[in-house]
Amino acid sequence: MFIIRLVLKNALRHKLRTLLTILGIAIAVMSFGFMRTIVTAWYAGVESSAANRMITRQSVSFIFPLPYAYLQQIEQIPGVNEVSYANWFGGVYKDQADWNNFFPRIAIDPETYLTLYPEFVVPADQMADFKRERNSCVIGKKMAVQHGFKLGDIIPIEGDIYPGHWEFVVRGIYTGKDATVDETQMFFHWDYLNERMHVESPGREGNVGWYILSVRNAADMPRVAKEVDDRYQNSRAPTKTETEREFQQSFVSMSSAIISSLEAVSYVIIGIILLVLANTIVMAARERTKEYAVLKTLGFSRFHITGLIAGESLLIASLGGAIGLALTFPLARVFAAGFPTFFPIFNVEMITIILAVTVALGAGIIAAVLPSARAARMPIVDGLRSIG
Amino acid sequence: MKIPFSYTWRSLWTRKLTTVLTLGGIALVVFVFASVLMLSHGVEQTMVDTGSDDNAMAFRRSANSELVSQIDRDAANIIKSAPEIALGPDGKPVVSTEIVVIINLHKKGSNDMGNISVRGVSPAAMTLRPQVQIVSGQMFHFGSREVILGSNIAKQFQGTGIGSQLRFGDAYWTVVGYFDAGGTGFDSEIWGDVEQMMPAFGRPVFSSVTMHLKSSSDYDALKARIEKDPRTQYTEIKHEKVYYREQSALMSDFIKIMGLLVTIIFSIGAMIGAMITMYAAVANRTVEIGTMRAIGFRRRSILGAFLVESVILSFIGGCAGIALASLMSLVRISTVNFGTFSELAFGFTLSPQIVVSAMVFSVVMGIVGGFLPAARAARMNILEALRSA
Repeated sequence: MFIIRLVLKNALRHKLRTLLTILGIAIAVMSFGFMRTIVTAWYAGVESSAANRMITRQSVSFIFPLPYAYLQQIEQIPGVNEVSYANWFGGVYKDQADWNNFFPRIAIDPETYLTLYPEFVVPADQMADFKRERNSCVIGKKMAVQHGFKLGDIIPIEGDIYPGHWEFVVRGIYTGKDATVDETQMFFHWDYLNERMHVESPGREGNVGWYILSVRNAADMPRVAKEVDDRYQNSRAPTKTETEREFQQSFVSMSSAIISSLEAVSYVIIGIILLVLANTIVMAARERTKEYAVLKTLGFSRFHITGLIAGESLLIASLGGAIGLALTFPLARVFAAGFPTFFPIFNVEMITIILAVTVALGAGIIAAVLPSARAARMPIVDGLRSIG
Repeated sequence: MKIPFSYTWRSLWTRKLTTVLTLGGIALVVFVFASVLMLSHGVEQTMVDTGSDDNAMAFRRSANSELVSQIDRDAANIIKSAPEIALGPDGKPVVSTEIVVIINLHKKGSNDMGNISVRGVSPAAMTLRPQVQIVSGQMFHFGSREVILGSNIAKQFQGTGIGSQLRFGDAYWTVVGYFDAGGTGFDSEIWGDVEQMMPAFGRPVFSSVTMHLKSSSDYDALKARIEKDPRTQYTEIKHEKVYYREQSALMSDFIKIMGLLVTIIFSIGAMIGAMITMYAAVANRTVEIGTMRAIGFRRRSILGAFLVESVILSFIGGCAGIALASLMSLVRISTVNFGTFSELAFGFTLSPQIVVSAMVFSVVMGIVGGFLPAARAARMNILEALRSA
């Protein structure tokens, strides 16, 4: 009890310095939390993929199409519950130089796609409207808010992969089932795209970007993947079938160098936390060399001295860490609002919180090691003689 | 009267551990600041160098990358015959009609998948882009299913030895050589004959047309001619340099914004670190400061001495940070470029501007962090200061 009171008194002796240190650690922990959040945001697509979905795409690359004729053949494969398909539309909305105008535009089969993705919630009446109208679309709530789209609005898109001027009527706005669902996409009728291709670019009709398979039993997945891929191995459009998770992961791993640099930066932040804290603790311990000698003379052991120093270090570290963690949330919110197109999903994950707490407490312990070893080892006589 | 410089220097020397810790903090911040700028500069540099001033490119209007652009054969032939285009020694226009697609290969080591641009080129491509040199093996033969690989592809990806076969399109392609493109974006590409690739990929149209101008001043005439011609009205002409700069914009903006955010936050941390150190320096030297005032040094001199101390700290820290960052210029990273959706290798590139901004940044940190403590030192009452021991 006495030690704890002494720790508190010690910490308050140089109020300004303690305050500055806490502030410094708070800022560093906040940026650590922020960097980790960016790393986890990258993996958001992987995390939100469903356990029962698989993706079949062209084996050479995602940019080559598959024939529409595969649909019925894939549906026949045992273990496959339902099959849907989609195309990446691309296109340009407004000024292409401003990346805030980017949102994913995907041509889908209205009958099956949204059943396979129950996490996109569309009100039943809007869903019926969407299915009825050929050139209509369903958009995510976040995207609708960002661009100010309402039901009935027309979204003009300049096509690039599919050239020409396109207009889509907003007939539905979907919300995510939970916070991990991407609410920035736009879905429209695959048939509409296909009909225009049939008229304007003969030879490009009947192309599907990728198939989505729902599989009844997760244990069947490797067999289903093999059966699909074997079937088309020697065709003009060989396939690659993988779980949705692997499919998403392959996009993430393309940017692995960027992600590792972000991770490296977060380690540098740990170094900075340590430096700021260690500096303060070293200073405090040096100033109090004489006091420690007095305490020892009074009969306190070196463990008490270590406890004093480590206690103060931990106190400052945990206060700074707590404030920094608390600040991470508003920072993440501001960032997500400011750059909506960089990361559709930007949440502070549990793992980030755990890591930040560990880092703060770890720094608190490590910063105390050197000064407390020095203070504990110092002979009483030398300590008494020292002048701060 | 000024306080001698050696006083400042010695007082830093006396508290070695604290000085080193503060220096370390500042150096780390400057290191991160400089590295981020270097990386963003590296992406831009790589892409800008990819284009050359005398080359122009034709795309389908509103296509923002070659990958989604389409130009049919008729339009390409019309473009080819423009009089602004330079003629080669064989009397033919120096034009390459190209197709760009993406294939997936696995990276060495990690087995991660990478998106790689495959470019089908015409015979004039090597004249158009003199920076591209075959470094081992040989040039592919037009009319055969052979490819040459950029040096980064050969280094980073599996199954890319000379003589090995790559399967894409509906054919096998033999790797016959490697080329070096002087650290430009082409280093991350695979090249082959466009007339072989179009049927193999089942694409009847080109992606883009790149042409060498007689003189760069002919650009405007060419642009007006092609874009006004009703037969090629869907085409847009761009400077090759401008096109490649646009392709790097998203990536380098992303790195810059990330970097700025991180640096702003970091610099607050480092300033606080410097402030802690300087406050402690002032507190420890209360008697000294009182003595100096009693001898006759002015408040201004005291303020100056402590500010100088802080600026020296941050200056040395800044130098150390830049030294560390310049080591990063040995590192090259290869990752997907958001603009082209395909692999691009680039390095951390140092420029004089970056050195200057990093040094300014660190000295400003020193001044801001040192000002309050220095002001406290200068404001001290002589008698109280002398008494406090």
